[in-house]
Amino acid sequence: MERTAPTTGHPTIPDPVVLDRDGLDALIDALRGDGYTVIGPRLRDGAIVLDPVESADDLPWGWIDEQDGGRYRLMPGDGNAAFAHTVGPQSWKRHLYPPRQTLWTGRRDGRGFTVDTPTDPAPRQAFLGVRACDLAAMAVQDRVFGVTPHDGRSAGQERFTDTGYAARRAAAFIVAVNCGRAGRTCFCDSVGTGPKAAGGYDLALTELPGAELPGRGAPAFLAAAGSAAGAALLARLPGRPAGAEDRAAAEAAVEGARAQMGRAMVSDAGPLLARNLEHPRWAEVAARCLNCANCTMVCPTCFCTTVEDSTDLSGDHVERWRRWDSCFTVDFSYIHGGAIRQSGLSRYRQWMTHKLSSWWEQFGTSGCTGCGRCITWCPVGIDITEEARAIKDSEGRG
Amino acid sequence: MVQVEGLGRLLAEHPFFRDMPPDVRGVVVGCCANAHWRPGEFLFQEGGTADHFYLIRQGIVAVEVHAPGRPSVVVENIGEGEILGWSWLVPPYRWTFDARAAEQVRAIAIDGACLRRKIDENHELGFHLYQRFIPVMGRRIAEARLRIVELTTDAAE
Amino acid sequence: MDSALLSPAGAAADFSNKADPMVPRPFRIVRRLREVDGCFTLVLESLDGRPYVFRPGQFNMLYVFGVGEVAISVSGDCRDPNRLVHTVREVGTVTRAMAALRPGDSIGVRGPFGHPWPIEEAYGHDVLFVTGTIGLAPLRPLIMEVLNRREHFGKVVLCYGSRGTHDILYEKQLHQWRGRFDMQVHVTVHSAPSGYRGRVGSVANLVKIARFDPEQTTAYVCRSETMTRPAVQALYERGVTADRIYVTLERNMKCGVGFCGHCQMGGSFMCKDGPVYRYDTIEHVFSVREL
Repeated sequence: MERTAPTTGHPTIPDPVVLDRDGLDALIDALRGDGYTVIGPRLRDGAIVLDPVESADDLPWGWIDEQDGGRYRLMPGDGNAAFAHTVGPQSWKRHLYPPRQTLWTGRRDGRGFTVDTPTDPAPRQAFLGVRACDLAAMAVQDRVFGVTPHDGRSAGQERFTDTGYAARRAAAFIVAVNCGRAGRTCFCDSVGTGPKAAGGYDLALTELPGAELPGRGAPAFLAAAGSAAGAALLARLPGRPAGAEDRAAAEAAVEGARAQMGRAMVSDAGPLLARNLEHPRWAEVAARCLNCANCTMVCPTCFCTTVEDSTDLSGDHVERWRRWDSCFTVDFSYIHGGAIRQSGLSRYRQWMTHKLSSWWEQFGTSGCTGCGRCITWCPVGIDITEEARAIKDSEGRG
Repeated sequence: MVQVEGLGRLLAEHPFFRDMPPDVRGVVVGCCANAHWRPGEFLFQEGGTADHFYLIRQGIVAVEVHAPGRPSVVVENIGEGEILGWSWLVPPYRWTFDARAAEQVRAIAIDGACLRRKIDENHELGFHLYQRFIPVMGRRIAEARLRIVELTTDAAE
Repeated sequence: MDSALLSPAGAAADFSNKADPMVPRPFRIVRRLREVDGCFTLVLESLDGRPYVFRPGQFNMLYVFGVGEVAISVSGDCRDPNRLVHTVREVGTVTRAMAALRPGDSIGVRGPFGHPWPIEEAYGHDVLFVTGTIGLAPLRPLIMEVLNRREHFGKVVLCYGSRGTHDILYEKQLHQWRGRFDMQVHVTVHSAPSGYRGRVGSVANLVKIARFDPEQTTAYVCRSETMTRPAVQALYERGVTADRIYVTLERNMKCGVGFCGHCQMGGSFMCKDGPVYRYDTIEHVFSVREL
């Protein structure tokens, strides 16, 4: 994963401050006042989802999640933290590259037709609580959709940019949250993306651990700017300058999360899978895989889509929609006559080798950021780290 | 004898016979004769006794299937330098297809009936002939199968 | 990774004046030609006045109003930017609807997409085209362009196969090419009525008899994925090496710009890196199934 130097210390970027709960409210207010829809974690349907929030009250104070292969449960935590939960089923791609997008509309005009593209400006969205793994995922999708240059193979040909993604991305304000807790399916540390945000944010918050402990301290967040816009906003918030002990506490919180990582990805998974395309393990995992496509839907970097054309009853008006698709469907690889990937084995192999191996070739980076969602939300608990390790271990035995 | 010497040189230079031990090749040369067909003439017909095989020196031979009430169907061409016919080697020694000269054809006709009799006595001769005919048969079967695939799968757009 | 965020406006800078590759341009059908059974050719003219520029081997996404979109290679002359030519085979919903269109009707065009056949790489070489049935359509712009630049090449040889004598695509043009003194045209069919004077047999057999210098030859193969391997095998037997053989592959091309993911094959997006590949770069695809 690409890393950049920490952005603190930049001449225009001020020192971090400590915000309390009112400060967090002020942050949300200020963003809303600037015309942003603030989207952050909230409790809904027994999960923590990414929905609009109007104030700090909407955050899931005191809730944590318990995750494992095929398992997700919410429960009260030991303290009253806002961000002690880890990542939920949704990722931010839902807001940067929505599941359904209108590409264009067409109208019959005599023997011809005209085409119109939606002209709505990109929504001003502020993302509150973006974890390091998901920031890395945005950087990955920036490459996929042609927003940032890279040296992968897909850069060697003509370069296209997805205008909708690029516009939404450019309009977004990002408030990162460094993780103070890791779940059992987390493995960002082993792929080098977290648990601390390395850049790519406007503001980064670290929840100070006082609030985790019952009866001790009020909520407090170390807030650091990562961009000029972030710095300007931070200057408007009621906070106190952060002291050395605040910084140390923030560092300790992140290190605590690092020590809790439930899983780890083997190193060099890319070449490992590339040389094991015919490994017997694929048949074993394919026997368990339901081909439900959950992993592709929850993955923050999976980007595959299909198009749907709809026509009204008169046949004179058509709409072309783009919607998320998954390489786990048989139709995905359809060419006239049949699908290339008929077997579940080949489809699982496509997903995992793309994510961990051919992604490098295409975009010069891994497609996996260690968020662990595919493990949690797999109905049969297939674990990408375990599958990669099994293949690696078999080589060791060989 | 002059003619046989000429045929001997032709066989010695042809890829099919080139690597044959000279004494074995000598036996084959003894069973050779020049042959010639005008366009439209049959070299042999389906069901006929298969007592020869042919080394085509010039022209194209059409391998055909007789179709009653319509023109015969050409399914393959055998051209210059190629070997035609292996039914002489396999009981019941009868031709499976028609072979017709598509143009002027000159060939060396090799007497298979004569070779069959000699093979009974001379197994080494048999080995060298089978060693050369089986790859030709294998290639033609593989090619026929691929052509079935070609006809039944969709071509590139 | 944060450069775009640090200057949010910068991210949007370089795409704003580019035409959206997802939006079809309207073209009008000016001619419709019947080809062999199940195939037809459309000659299109841009309705927005902009010329259409492509390179041999590239494809378009053709859109039939209210029906859908399909990837079709360009089949015309790349030196004529005012006439876009496509030869289409009726195989699915969209191409069947397209077959019903008539001159004066409109069609949507997105493209050109894909990696073209390299031409300069063959300068100084003999050039061999190997194709069959409608595979001649995507290859025709390349053949035309090689003939346009004829002085750069040694021998120019076309090996073409069809099912029978009735479905030889662009038959008139094959005769014209055969009439040239500077091009060998070999045509073979799978079966023919007795008395047919042409070749009967496989395309691979044509490769065996064609005259070219294997050590100084660049081969362009446009066959179905199944038939590519035997064609390459025949080239190997003649001594043409994998790094001088270009082939086309077929996957589910949908968006044309590498965003939708459907046409992936290993690390490659076929709509951008393909459909033309140098054989040694994709040889592994032919050994791993369902990749």
